[in-house]
Amino acid sequence: MKSFLKYRELWLLAGIVVLIGLISTRFPGFADPANLRQVFNDTSILMILALGQMVVILTRSIDLSMASNLCFTGMVVAMLNAAHPAIPIPVLIVIALLIGLVLGAINGLLVWRLNIPSIVVTLGTLTIYRGATFVVSGGAWVNADQMSPDFINFQRAALLGLPVLSWIAIIVISLFFLVMTRTQIGRSIYAIGVNPTASVYAGIDVGRTKFIVFCISGMIGGLAGYLWISRYVIASVEVANGYELNIIAACVIGGISIAGGIGSVGGAVLGALFLGIISNALPVINISPFWQMAISGSAIILAVVLNARGERRQGRIILRKAEAA
Amino acid sequence: MDTTAQRKMETERSEPAGPSQSSSPRLTLTGISKSFPGVRALHDVSLSLYPGQVTALIGENGAGKSTLVKIMTGIYQPDAGEIGIDGQATTLPSAHAAFGHGITAIHQETVLFDDLSVAENIFLGHAPRTRFGTIDWRTMRKNAREVLETMRAGHIDADARLKDLGIANKHLVAVARAMSIDAQIVIMDEPTAALSMKEIEELFLLIEFLKSESKAVLFISHKFDEIYRIADRYTVFRDGEMVGEGLLKDTGQNEIVRMMVGRNVDHIFPRREPKIGAPVLSVSGLSHPTEFDDIGFELRKGEILGFYGLVGAGRSEVMQAIAGITRTSRGLISLDGKTIAPKSAADSIEAGIVYVPEERGKQGVVIGLPIFQNVSLPSLARTSKSGVLKLAEEFALARSYTERLDLRASSLSQDVGTLSGGNQQKVVIAKWLATTPKVIILDEPTKGIDIGSKAAVHGFMAELVAQGLSVIMVSSELPEILGMSDRVVVMREGRIAATYDNKGLDAETLVRTAAGIAA
Repeated sequence: MKSFLKYRELWLLAGIVVLIGLISTRFPGFADPANLRQVFNDTSILMILALGQMVVILTRSIDLSMASNLCFTGMVVAMLNAAHPAIPIPVLIVIALLIGLVLGAINGLLVWRLNIPSIVVTLGTLTIYRGATFVVSGGAWVNADQMSPDFINFQRAALLGLPVLSWIAIIVISLFFLVMTRTQIGRSIYAIGVNPTASVYAGIDVGRTKFIVFCISGMIGGLAGYLWISRYVIASVEVANGYELNIIAACVIGGISIAGGIGSVGGAVLGALFLGIISNALPVINISPFWQMAISGSAIILAVVLNARGERRQGRIILRKAEAA
Repeated sequence: MDTTAQRKMETERSEPAGPSQSSSPRLTLTGISKSFPGVRALHDVSLSLYPGQVTALIGENGAGKSTLVKIMTGIYQPDAGEIGIDGQATTLPSAHAAFGHGITAIHQETVLFDDLSVAENIFLGHAPRTRFGTIDWRTMRKNAREVLETMRAGHIDADARLKDLGIANKHLVAVARAMSIDAQIVIMDEPTAALSMKEIEELFLLIEFLKSESKAVLFISHKFDEIYRIADRYTVFRDGEMVGEGLLKDTGQNEIVRMMVGRNVDHIFPRREPKIGAPVLSVSGLSHPTEFDDIGFELRKGEILGFYGLVGAGRSEVMQAIAGITRTSRGLISLDGKTIAPKSAADSIEAGIVYVPEERGKQGVVIGLPIFQNVSLPSLARTSKSGVLKLAEEFALARSYTERLDLRASSLSQDVGTLSGGNQQKVVIAKWLATTPKVIILDEPTKGIDIGSKAAVHGFMAELVAQGLSVIMVSSELPEILGMSDRVVVMREGRIAATYDNKGLDAETLVRTAAGIAA
């Protein structure tokens, strides 16, 4: 399975390289390192969000509330900044993480303690968190001129040739990589996704692990909230409306199985990059928005077909064992 | 059953059992063989079903009954042999083909549609149509009621949702479906397993009805009283071979028990000299609201304690309670003299009790993860420091235990899904041993694995107890129980029926105790 996964990620990487090549024929500067750095930076928020979603999907769950969480948390930190410009940005980031954590923990508790399917819980909180944004803001916007210069410029500052936003993405990717490959919780997430029953027998608390993944996706939603608002310098109730589907699409394209248990950090990052390239680069070479949507839609279906083929192969192995037993 | 009762039963049966005792068989299976990788499930077996008669298929678990049912219903294809229906040779390439030949099976968990109505379930796939090709609901309901009436099951509402019916009534619906397609051959695979006494009586009335309609019925059950009550003929399977058949009225229970258990010695169990010490695990008064009651036993150091019983006797449920997976209503478990109350599998593992579950695929290995990660899964707390894994230690742990079990794999990073059944079982055992338990509970440890792997598992069990571990082995295989256990606990219907020292213990005693037949 592992080798097949790598194989699939290589396919995705090859697809991205081909895509970049195709775009370069129409727009020669596209493959320049400077431009690729820009594409990476533009996709950073989606990559971070896709990683948060990935851990949830791996446990056979889904978090539809991430974009609403992003919107709520972004609004709260924007209002805090407008009211108290003296609060340092790192403190604001910590606040964003904590708000996101609380929202994620609410999802997690409902899934864990009340045993409600995650799709139902987060469909509910998707609406609730966006509604809560309206309540705290009274429907008003926070505009660029109300935000402090630090608030806006923090992620744009260059550090060793890359903007801080890119560095934050790199740090998050590295952290997820370490968590998923080198920690007990990472291993438990994969195990309960592949075989929840066997995990119970092995002494893994499935409910608690699901709670933890929702806390993780919540924190990621909160972090992305600050990053999004300070990047697009406007906070409103409409921010990232419907974006939860882009996040899930990035995961699916990245080879993360909706059935749980299969997927990697590299896959989620590449899936997000693929979508990022399509949405950022195609307008530059005058391809109509319809084609952008058609290409990302086709990519999703192609990824699902590859996924399904991989899983079917695995299924046949199980079936043969079952017959023998 | 004593001889007078037996004679009484025989006199009751003295009149001809069916109207067509001498008629030709409706279905004949001849020389059927079927193998799976590493396992020979059926070898040259034959079976005939006669119209208007009930044939009982009898055999231990793993005797090949389910495989035969799957061949008869077109799910498996035999490697060799012939299938004849009404004297004509035929093949059953698919479930659809078997259905077309009027062969229908009623399973323990009936395969019907919970959210459809009774009438829809009966006529799914062959519903009456109107002139416009849409479903003719009125006729369908009427026909459904008629079918149910003829079966004397008119109390079932044709418009009720299936999920609102009890299991017995679901069986009735399944039979009604069989009737509606004019099925000639009805297979009942342990239909009484989940029924109450009253429901069993109703089912028997229904079988009598099927007989009166000249249907050929195959009845699979572990329960001798039911078999003698309802069946006319019997066929006994053992280890995938047919070892006897005939009329039940000419054959006593003990004779059938002998056919079931008598066997060639095809497997040598490891010789060992048990050094049995003080009690390690003691259980008393352990009860569960629905599954078992007042279970008490002791397990001593260095001992292999066998648990024998029929399927559904509650053995696995007791073990899962001891392993912290299910809760009990009452009772005490103590380990090394200290009372423990495990609330989760993690608690039991930490206390030193591990449970190796029966369903290897579902409960044991995690297919998709590499071997070493499977082995370390319950030991992650020990191979990590504040949540961070120490990969080298994890790998070393996996290597040492898989080497001791002689696991055949090219690399420990290989996906367990690529291993054979026997090797997967070794991975499962390695994973539990790596937790360094005091008590290890093995539930059907060699079910469905090949002879070579069986010997390895048995050899390893002997090694474990020699090192001072204590083992509980739940098994439905008599040779394994007799060959490996120091003592044997027999369970029947959720209670302990007897505990035997395995000295001069014979298979027939165990089968009789498990089935509740007096000697």
